[in-house]
Amino acid sequence: MDYFAPFLQGFAVVLEPMNLLYCLIGVVIGMLIGVLPGLGPVATISILLPLTYSIDPIAAVIMLAGIFYGAQYGGTITSVLLRLPGEASSVVTVFDGYAMAKKGKAGTALGIAAIGSFFGGTASIVAMSLVAPLVAGVALSFGPPEYAMLALLGILLVSTIGNGGALKSIIAATLGLLLATVGRDTFTGTTRFTFDSLELADGIDFVPIAMGLFGLGEILYSLDQRHRRIDTPIAVGNAWPSRGDIKQASGAIGRGSVIGFVLGVLPGGGATLSSLVAYATEKRRSKTPERFGHGAIEGVAGPETANNAAATSSFIPLLTLGIPANATMAIIFGALLLQGIIPGPTLIIEHPDLFWGVVNSMYIGNILLLILSIPLVGVFVKILRVRPAILAPITVLITLLGVYTVQNSIFDMFLVIVFGVLGYLMKKFGFEPGPLALAFVLGSLLETSVRQSLRIFQGDPTGFVTRPISGTIVGIIVLLIVALPLLNMIRKRRAARTERLASERRATMAAETRAAGAASEADGSFRSAGSTAVATRLDNDPADPVGDDDNGDGDGDAPGSKSP
Amino acid sequence: MKISTNSEANPLVADLDLDEENVPLEEETAPPAGPLANVLCAIAPLAIGVAGTVGAVELGLGSPVDPGPGLWPMIICLVTIIVSVALLIGGKRFHDAEKMTRGSVTVGIGVLTLIALVVALPIIGFEIPSLVLVFVWLRFLGRESWLLSGITSVVVTVVFYFLFIVGLGIPLPRLF
Repeated sequence: MDYFAPFLQGFAVVLEPMNLLYCLIGVVIGMLIGVLPGLGPVATISILLPLTYSIDPIAAVIMLAGIFYGAQYGGTITSVLLRLPGEASSVVTVFDGYAMAKKGKAGTALGIAAIGSFFGGTASIVAMSLVAPLVAGVALSFGPPEYAMLALLGILLVSTIGNGGALKSIIAATLGLLLATVGRDTFTGTTRFTFDSLELADGIDFVPIAMGLFGLGEILYSLDQRHRRIDTPIAVGNAWPSRGDIKQASGAIGRGSVIGFVLGVLPGGGATLSSLVAYATEKRRSKTPERFGHGAIEGVAGPETANNAAATSSFIPLLTLGIPANATMAIIFGALLLQGIIPGPTLIIEHPDLFWGVVNSMYIGNILLLILSIPLVGVFVKILRVRPAILAPITVLITLLGVYTVQNSIFDMFLVIVFGVLGYLMKKFGFEPGPLALAFVLGSLLETSVRQSLRIFQGDPTGFVTRPISGTIVGIIVLLIVALPLLNMIRKRRAARTERLASERRATMAAETRAAGAASEADGSFRSAGSTAVATRLDNDPADPVGDDDNGDGDGDAPGSKSP
Repeated sequence: MKISTNSEANPLVADLDLDEENVPLEEETAPPAGPLANVLCAIAPLAIGVAGTVGAVELGLGSPVDPGPGLWPMIICLVTIIVSVALLIGGKRFHDAEKMTRGSVTVGIGVLTLIALVVALPIIGFEIPSLVLVFVWLRFLGRESWLLSGITSVVVTVVFYFLFIVGLGIPLPRLF
């Protein structure tokens, strides 16, 4: 193995005191913001972007990575103790985690989450160490057409399988691509969409976009919400999970690691989706699915393992292909660009210290998290008492003054405000800012490689299909555009049918009881007019057996649209 | 916190029924927006798409072999237009937009204070604008007490002064 030496060298990089310190800072900040509902890892990493500018690139990425996977840990604590998920990826942990806490097993839940996270994270790093060099090796032979299609696939996947509606996400992505074209065209030198502004001539920087969309946008959005009062958290009684608990959860941890690793690599997958899938898998596999939601330890272990494994493996596409798989990776991509490092297949060869340093720092980070998470629970619970109203102005000030420090530019501060308002409006109207940021980051790569490809193909776009690798990716893209909506349609139709059958049954049963009631009341004095009406309609109209009264919205139009 | 995991677009998590007893508490969000807002959600990107297409044509499209600066923006804008129209037609089914509420006014005021800060910063330095901003956000947007707002804003400004000016040596425009 010729990459074994750089792999070991990576540990030497991590163990440098400064890098260790930044790793520690990263995971602690990560846990902290994971605990605080509202400010997520994406927002935090974007707000801290200016800080990374002034430190060594390796230390910077080690810290940002620590924030990302540390947040997956922290989010668990509030899910279990307060029924308040600190992060989107810990939402499913609430179901069983909070139920366990109510039974006095909060310590068991937090402990198994910590163990699962550690195991999932570590398994993911090991797999990554093996897979990443291979992927990078293959990617070295990629030309512009492959890159064009790969970037397109990445943007599409993030738009379609991420959060939020697909149409709105695609609109957000095209907006990101359009913003990326602002400034001087690299091929012809023409300035595009600058509106004669000198500041825009060199294009828009990613830093103010990320800080505005995710940082300020998030703060403004939370200003809009009425905040729930924080309840008194459940006290952590018992400490560690017993051997029996671990044995019971081991299967879930194993499956969670695999689910998390695979979905983490997939663009748009990431921590949130993998935690949902892991929970659904555990529930489906279980012989006693009724325990889920009432404190099943697998319901905590599976998702918590998966979200950490995914947080780790989502680095693979970024570090090997230069394609960020989610919004957080897009920001880390931005941080690397800020340092003059372009992530891609050559990264592992040109910057082995960075690659292996970052990968191996995750081992250390996970150990730090395992050691820190349990004793710090008390501190974190106290931090929760700090009201969002107090944190908001402080984070706003950090964001605005922070962006100034990058280029000493007042214009950048205005940009942050503009994108902050845009981010707020997008969240408000159901557009995810993630695809915009991702598309913006990939925009120039996509445009450059599309135009280069067209030159190679002499203007013939079918060239994308005939090259084997880019052709395969085109196939996947087509499948995604055609197959996914089709699958949804079939599912919706099937759901509508089962719903219709169910309500038919309900209606028949209701009619029978009413008929029985009517028969017994026939010798009495009165009869309900309403039940007569329903019964008559049921008899007369076999085409629409469903009474209007218990008909839902969705299935109401289904029989109507078919029968004529 | 709001997460909107779209189970419709997500066959992988489709059979996850979330009707459990221990549903997560979330921040209360505003009620869904009316039909007008949903139409605007499609009209706004449509307008950007159309304006972008016009701009792209003016830049010059060139030919596929030798693309001009406008070709790529035009392709993007055409996609924007197509998807916006799809959204306009299918938009009735969406209910992920939220209504503008009184909270939105708070946001508006917040944004105005930010603009004021950036305008004032090069003229009178960062200290006074920062102090005022934190105070306004705490007292008027956050409805904290006068005392807490006063003390916190002073402490935050002093800490920032030491952090940015003394600690990191960043040349922020400043009064002192």
